[in-house]
Amino acid sequence: MEPIFEQQIIEKHPLAVRWFHWVNFPVLMIMIWSGLLIYWAHDVYEIKIGSTTLFKFFPDVFYKTFDINGHLATGMAYHFAFAWFFAINGFLYVAYMLVSGEWRFILPNKSSLIEAWRVTLNDLFIKKYDHPKAKFNGAQRIAYTSIIIMGAGSLLTGLAIYKPIQLAWLTTMLGGYEWARIEHFCLTVGFCGFFLIHIAQVVRAGWNNFRAMVAGFEVESVPITSPNVSNEEAS
Amino acid sequence: MQDSSKPSLHLTPEQQKNVNRRTFLGFATLGLGALGGVLGWKWLANQPEVEGALAPLRSVMESNAALNEKVLYSNTHLAPVYPRSTAALEPRTNGDIGLEDEIALEEWKLTIVGAKGGTPLVLSLADITSLPKTDIVFDFKCVEGWNEIQYWSGVRLSEVFKNFGVSTDAQCVGMETPDKQYYIGLDMASALHPQTLLAYESNGQAISQEQGYPLRLIVPVKYGIKNIKRIGTITLSNERPPDYWAEQGYDYYAGL
Repeated sequence: MEPIFEQQIIEKHPLAVRWFHWVNFPVLMIMIWSGLLIYWAHDVYEIKIGSTTLFKFFPDVFYKTFDINGHLATGMAYHFAFAWFFAINGFLYVAYMLVSGEWRFILPNKSSLIEAWRVTLNDLFIKKYDHPKAKFNGAQRIAYTSIIIMGAGSLLTGLAIYKPIQLAWLTTMLGGYEWARIEHFCLTVGFCGFFLIHIAQVVRAGWNNFRAMVAGFEVESVPITSPNVSNEEAS
Repeated sequence: MQDSSKPSLHLTPEQQKNVNRRTFLGFATLGLGALGGVLGWKWLANQPEVEGALAPLRSVMESNAALNEKVLYSNTHLAPVYPRSTAALEPRTNGDIGLEDEIALEEWKLTIVGAKGGTPLVLSLADITSLPKTDIVFDFKCVEGWNEIQYWSGVRLSEVFKNFGVSTDAQCVGMETPDKQYYIGLDMASALHPQTLLAYESNGQAISQEQGYPLRLIVPVKYGIKNIKRIGTITLSNERPPDYWAEQGYDYYAGL
């Protein structure tokens, strides 16, 4: 017999998680913007193969477009103020995930890696993969856990650059002042990469998924075991 | 989501109403939050500036500095030191404010003004070099983001104060160039840090004019902007001395 499906309201993202998510978004944007204002004053990073420069961080047109030039003091003023919001929001998020048990949904498990690979192939239109219905698939688990580690990394590398003498042990642990600055920069590039993929995936996943991050629930078609159970009774 | 195309029993009217209500509330809250964020951002940008920094951001800078002084800072926390062989042969120069013309040793003197007034102390370079010499090879850090290992020699500022009977019973130390074009302020703790030197040698040689001949400050616990070159006057006070870069929107404390 053909299974019968019934639309149901499924709770997805707890209110707290939605708040942490939407507070973090503008705060992280401000951190990246003010960080660029700081980076500009000593913009030495580039990607090179041998002696050939493939990309310089950043081309003049980028600085001009976003009005980055000559605002070091402004950048520092914003960066070391909004870092508090970034850190506190991040701490509260992690604390909430731990206390509520929500961490179980985002921590990668044994099958996450192989599943993430299949999801990636599916999303790149290489090989179709119907992943089992779960709150987060393996790729998401890895991504959402990584982003927490990256956030903590940004905070630690940032502190190592901010107070390299008072927190000399931290700076040394991260490979010294120059390495800490490189790590801090690379993490930021990582956040930008995460953001682009995240937006693409959200657009692809559609309205129901997006609404869940705003209103908390999804409407899903769930198979019901007995075809005799009517909609009225089930609700 | 792949299930949505399959035939299914729809939500009851009550459920649909609930969905609509929660969707509306969710987006209304997000919209209000976004509006609040934009208004807050505009409010911040329209605040008056205090010495080149928006007033609320200036307050946070000051709180951050106070927190650092209370929680992190200690005069036992030393800047890491390095072997002499790793020091730059020609330390990088980055600012020449207050150094417009070259200065000869005969034209130069160091004046120290105590917090309680009285007759200022006037010292020659020989007075300074008669005190025990301290070497340091440390990682000099510029507020711009670059750093360089440099080798400096001089006398501990705390030693100068002690030796010439300058009372350090004050909160701040101000320093300025002889022409008063460049000036900095330090908290007393940083001034008395054991690695804070009045330096007269770089790589074992008298320091160059561009590096602040004949006497400059080396204060490893601060960014380069506080490492004033060609010191003319040192003033101890309980009021915060003016600081060139702090007036341009930078953090007054500038501590590492």
